[in-house]
Amino acid sequence: MPEVASRAHLEAMVPTMRRALEKADVELSDIHSIAVTAGPGLAGALLVGVSAAKAYAAALDKPLLGVNHLAGHVAADTLEHGPLPKRCLALLVSGGHSQLLLVEGLAERITEIGSTVDDAAGEAYDKVARLLDLPYPGGPPIDKLAKQGNGCAITFPRGLTGPRDAKYDFSFSGLKTAVARWVERQERAGEEIPLADVAASFQEAVADVLTAKAVRACKDLGVDTLVISGGVAANSRLSGLAAERCAEAGIQLRVPRPRLCTDNGAMIAALGAHLVAAGAKPSPLDLSTTPGLPVSTVQVF
Amino acid sequence: MADAVPLSVVLVLAVDTATPAVTAGVVDLTPGSPPRLLAERVTVNAKAHGELLTPHVQEALARAGKRLADLDAVVCGSGPGPFTGLRVGLVTAAALGQALNRPVYPVPTPDAIALDARTGKPLLVATDARRREVYWAAYDAAGRRTDGPHVDRPADLAAKLPAVASAAGEGAEIYAEVLGLPVVEARYPSPVSLVAAAAEELLAGARPAALTPLYLRRPDAVEPVGRKRVTKG
Ligand SMILES: [Zn+2]
Repeated sequence: MPEVASRAHLEAMVPTMRRALEKADVELSDIHSIAVTAGPGLAGALLVGVSAAKAYAAALDKPLLGVNHLAGHVAADTLEHGPLPKRCLALLVSGGHSQLLLVEGLAERITEIGSTVDDAAGEAYDKVARLLDLPYPGGPPIDKLAKQGNGCAITFPRGLTGPRDAKYDFSFSGLKTAVARWVERQERAGEEIPLADVAASFQEAVADVLTAKAVRACKDLGVDTLVISGGVAANSRLSGLAAERCAEAGIQLRVPRPRLCTDNGAMIAALGAHLVAAGAKPSPLDLSTTPGLPVSTVQVF
Repeated sequence: MADAVPLSVVLVLAVDTATPAVTAGVVDLTPGSPPRLLAERVTVNAKAHGELLTPHVQEALARAGKRLADLDAVVCGSGPGPFTGLRVGLVTAAALGQALNRPVYPVPTPDAIALDARTGKPLLVATDARRREVYWAAYDAAGRRTDGPHVDRPADLAAKLPAVASAAGEGAEIYAEVLGLPVVEARYPSPVSLVAAAAEELLAGARPAALTPLYLRRPDAVEPVGRKRVTKG
């Protein structure tokens, strides 16, 4: 609901800033620079944030940094696990993103090597949750229900895993449809729906594809560190399976705590701080918002 | 911000983004005299509010030979206006107020346009609400708002037009034929009139009203449809 979100952003801006300053026990005048998401995201929401950031930067006479939201998700991990190695792979999974990124320095080079061709992983969770009459957002309730079920009970399709499919791209639309069909078939046959098994088998399919592709990309590109971030990173099966497979493959797995995985301001501040340390120039105060900003553009000028 | 001490001279920043004009101006307010414009920077571009407002604020201040820290207060047009642009002005004003620790006074945008028109007769102010609608408000001979703001299709407004002598605002120009009113020149709110509309509160050092945009329309949002039921197994 873009319009509702933008309204909430406007109302929340000043109180949120006040709370953040209080919690951190700092004054606005202590701030060195102002980092803000310039994209990607919803146009109306981006505009509220960027407009406020410009005003703060002008009023405080501090540098403005318009940064990439996706790079922010990767930077979030540095708050938990310290600096990233020279090269690492990042798997971003949330309601809005499903991407595999090759990160060769947060301030230097981020390359998207794969992404979803249809739904984001989190969207698939939301749609399946609706199908199973579970609350929104779908991730946590499916995860909880899945723990009582058998992930091997139903074999749902693994999208884009054929020999000729794009190696690092994802597709979750077919999976969602397959779950819907399976449930409908059971209903038509008058059978009970084993909700826990459906949830577990769906979750297994998502975690299997995401981790298999991420680990494969690490091996192919000779990268020994995988970062998983975004709202879906908190999913227990995804992190569990990733831990297993990374251990097997000798890959170091880094998953920031859930509060840092979901969208948050600290990740944008972390990226801003990293850019400042790397000697980044400030963004101009006539900075535009870019709803479709590619991940390769870490800072916008 | 809590100080209610009356001020003798007030240096005010006025901003408005409720119309296609990206408006920033620096205005000097002294008791007993009309507000005086020191400098302004205005660009008419409905798609550039977010890009241009803060640079315009800086340029207007530079032209006035002032700095943000010199300001005593901020006045912001609170609409009604198209959502996206309207929010730029309000959030910019709110953040400036917070960072500078200065009060921010919202002013309904048509009130400022009415002051600009200064006809001395009952007046209609209509701004462009897009989607073939106008935001409108009516004013008496003394410039006090007597009706509105509302949002209507021009033809519907024409059918229930209050007793006014003329009309101001871009909406009045675009739909002049439908409304059938003589149009006076006052298309967008000027910084001086934005400040004039808040002059009493500014000089009294009054506690500002909540910085809430006048949306009038419901958000463009659709509630999710009912979920599909599946028998619990
Ligand atoms: Zn995100």
